Amino acid sequence: MAHAIFFYTFSIIAVISAIMVTASKNTVHSVFFLILDFISISCLFIMIGAEFLGMIMLIVYVGAVAVLFLFVVMMLNVAQQKNQWFAGHQSSRHIPVGFIISILIFFEIIIVIGGWKYKPEIFDINNSTAQTTLSNTHSLGQILYTDYIHVFQISGMVLLVAMIGAIVLTFRQRSGVKRQSYIKQISRERAEGVEVLEVQNNKGIKIDD
Amino acid sequence: MEYINIIFQEIYKILFLLIPVLVSVAMIVWLDRRVWAFVQKRQGPNVVGPFGLLQSLADALKYIFKEIIIPASSNKVIFILAPIVTMTLALIAWAVIPFGETQVLANINVGILYLFAVSSLGVYGIIMGGWASNSKYPFLGAIRSAAQMVSYEVSIGIIIINVLLCVGSLNLNDIVLAQQNLWFVVPLFPMFVIFFISALAETNRPPFDLPEAEAELVAGYQTEYSGMMYAMFWLGEYANILLMCALGSILFLGGWLSPIDLYPFNLIPGGLWLILKILLLFILFALVKAIVPRYRYDQLMRLGWKIFLPLSLTWVVLTASYLFYFNLLPAN
Repeated sequence: MAHAIFFYTFSIIAVISAIMVTASKNTVHSVFFLILDFISISCLFIMIGAEFLGMIMLIVYVGAVAVLFLFVVMMLNVAQQKNQWFAGHQSSRHIPVGFIISILIFFEIIIVIGGWKYKPEIFDINNSTAQTTLSNTHSLGQILYTDYIHVFQISGMVLLVAMIGAIVLTFRQRSGVKRQSYIKQISRERAEGVEVLEVQNNKGIKIDD
Repeated sequence: MEYINIIFQEIYKILFLLIPVLVSVAMIVWLDRRVWAFVQKRQGPNVVGPFGLLQSLADALKYIFKEIIIPASSNKVIFILAPIVTMTLALIAWAVIPFGETQVLANINVGILYLFAVSSLGVYGIIMGGWASNSKYPFLGAIRSAAQMVSYEVSIGIIIINVLLCVGSLNLNDIVLAQQNLWFVVPLFPMFVIFFISALAETNRPPFDLPEAEAELVAGYQTEYSGMMYAMFWLGEYANILLMCALGSILFLGGWLSPIDLYPFNLIPGGLWLILKILLLFILFALVKAIVPRYRYDQLMRLGWKIFLPLSLTWVVLTASYLFYFNLLPAN
């Protein structure tokens, strides 16, 4: 019974916060709802015994990805955005694209879940060497780092290439930027910074040319 | 009826853990100020109670009776939520800290990941407080601290991987038991140093206290807070510091193991050893606060990304290859 209570609590929170992500008008609030969604989903993961996935979900999505989301969203001017997005006429052009994408995703989910339900032999997970006696951290490690190490490495490479590509595309060399050299600052001697001059009476001194 | 019994038992256990933690947080604030003062040849708080021990209590009373001011232009819900989040996250992490082989509230399989996840969630209290205040200084402080905490988390994560390679388990008790012959501080000493410095940055302690650099940002993300809400931020911060000390002593200093496995030392309960180790690390934290000047922001980022990250990654490769070639990898 306790299991059911926790399951329904977390899933209701997850669904409501997922709805609120799209429904709330303040973008920062939607990110906070997204975080709540992530947290409740990771609780659901823990409840089905996938504690490693649940924790990784917390660390990666909530601890890193959502922080970056917040970073970007907080920099935007929310009041200005409200005027643009909710009162302007420009938004109407994006709605059909959004509809097409969401219909596509909907059918994809139907295919995946329906296929899993009615033809379970397609998604046969027994062909991997995952053993049920191991804890799920061990068996995940076994699959990722022993059985499918090459695929895993290649996907890592693809991600690395994507990252470098993004950096190259957005990188621009600006001229006239003053850089601080760490070593130069530390290795500065007194003689370079201070000069003691003999000032003659009533004459003054010209320092800069 | 059975459920109610279980719930009451658990609540009893939780209170038995949380009340000492809260009291020790108050004491640790006093210790911090005392150590800080002694380094600077001052006396520190020594008036209230014997040696000034009750100073924190007096401060807490003062904060309770002060007015809580909520700025008119702030985002009220998130503004109130921020200190609550900080405080809660600082306290829930204590659930998995083992004080002995059986004296642990929740002996979960992925204890270290849980600790890491909770400490990485700690950034939200600060971001929420900074953004909801709707004011310049808190916002700048929040942005700074978010960037800082995310960067140093990466190196802490990789240092944890180093330890896990030697242990072969994510359970905190297993990590402690793996150090029975040799504490990890000996073979992984460079990692211990990096962990200590990263923990300073992760908890926004000096010399990395840029989020609340009083010279530039007044008090950073806490600027608009007052009364009990400010005190909650403060307590949460110190509870986090204690937690980081506990994590450091579990990962590197052998947790609840006694330093010498001989007769008179065996009698001392493991919890006491853990507390002594936490105190040792905390006094180091306090000393660092007293003797080191604040970092500049670009230097802080440089240290995190260009020095600590490559160093700890290299050490992962070193540890892994050493363990592999000498056939020391822990069997699962």
